[in-house]
Amino acid sequence: MKVAIIKYNAGNIKSVLLALKRLGLEGTLTDNPEEILAADKVIFPGQGEAKSAMRYLKSRGLDQVIKSITNPFLGICLGLQLLCEHSEEGDTPCLGVFNSQVKKFPDHLKVPHMGWNTLSESADPIFKDIQFPAYFYFVHSYYATVSAQTLSQTDYMLPFSAVLKKDNFYAIQPHPEKSADVGEQFLKNFLFNI
Amino acid sequence: MLTKRIIPCLDIKNGRTVKGVNFLELRDAGDPVELAKLYAEQGADELVFLDITATNEKRKTLAELVGQVAEAINIPFTVGGGISTVEDVSVLLAAGADKVSINSAAVRNPQIIKEMADEFGSQCIVVAIDSRLVNGRNLVHTHGGSVPTTIETEDWVQEVVALGAGEILLTSMDHDGTKSGFADELLARISSLVNVPIIASGGAGNMEHFFDTFTTGKSDAALAASIFHFKEIGIPDLKAYLKEKNIAIRI
Repeated sequence: MKVAIIKYNAGNIKSVLLALKRLGLEGTLTDNPEEILAADKVIFPGQGEAKSAMRYLKSRGLDQVIKSITNPFLGICLGLQLLCEHSEEGDTPCLGVFNSQVKKFPDHLKVPHMGWNTLSESADPIFKDIQFPAYFYFVHSYYATVSAQTLSQTDYMLPFSAVLKKDNFYAIQPHPEKSADVGEQFLKNFLFNI
Repeated sequence: MLTKRIIPCLDIKNGRTVKGVNFLELRDAGDPVELAKLYAEQGADELVFLDITATNEKRKTLAELVGQVAEAINIPFTVGGGISTVEDVSVLLAAGADKVSINSAAVRNPQIIKEMADEFGSQCIVVAIDSRLVNGRNLVHTHGGSVPTTIETEDWVQEVVALGAGEILLTSMDHDGTKSGFADELLARISSLVNVPIIASGGAGNMEHFFDTFTTGKSDAALAASIFHFKEIGIPDLKAYLKEKNIAIRI
């Protein structure tokens, strides 16, 4: 199985590569459109800032490439937010795969939302063999609103999208690669069960 | 619900785990990679690696060790000790660390916090503060808590958060090694001053102390070393105890 990890100007890519390695897979870090389109699975990770990330993706035509992918695709953290319609971070139009809006957590909360929080129950195959309430590790200051595409939500004073799905596109706000055995199971499901 | 975090701290010297009693006497408690794996399996929510001698001996934290840890565990971890430049941070994050913690370097040059946060994001910049009560004032200490400054801890916390610190690791030097409980009064005050997560450190002696710091101390996370390393408290037991006391905890 060929797993492509989209290379762009966002951090936290190493931990995804290492998580794949723990599952016995070697991911290819690439920004080459042909390589991305030829992959069986595509992971779009990232931690960073929405505006500069979108600028980078557009400058390499990766925005169009991502939208044209038909194989299973998984956005993580900033990856999820960039797949939404629009982000308040830098007032940035995003890829629009999901119709959620990305907003900043209100000021009265401790921001970033950092630590382990629960995901609401879902019967989607991406959650195979995962017990609920499932704890995942989050680090983020912006959140995606809940929509009909929300598979699972999390509460941090307000409910937001923890996992989104549309056709072949999945996205998860917390970091499965840092979410202990549950996170490992989630990645395993995406890689071997979707 | 966002849970409170239990964080074992692995103090590192020459690639081995040590824990100082009041930072002066060091005891050997094992191989950091093996210990990290064990803690992750036992349910630790996060790990912190502090190269405690790095500042004094002008050494850089071992990126190689960070790489081994990142390969071995599937929970987040922070690395600190002797980090003073944007380049230091870049090397450690590239090696697989999720966050870095800076201490003395931030006191020396507060602007470095802003530079690091601008480059890598606040979420991965932890500012560690060693505080000790001197004539009724909580003063920031540097170099592993050995050098006092004239900066008040309460002022410093607000300044570092304004500069971009994403999290505060507050060690009370008065409590560290005493096993008499965390500095909950100071921690609660700090928590009311800033809007970022606070990690309590120094003074854990029994399970009640964790309950106290999550309630009275308003801490978001609690860090301890020797009580975990020497199996005085098991992480599964601690988490079960806290859960029973209605603290939001990941089991």
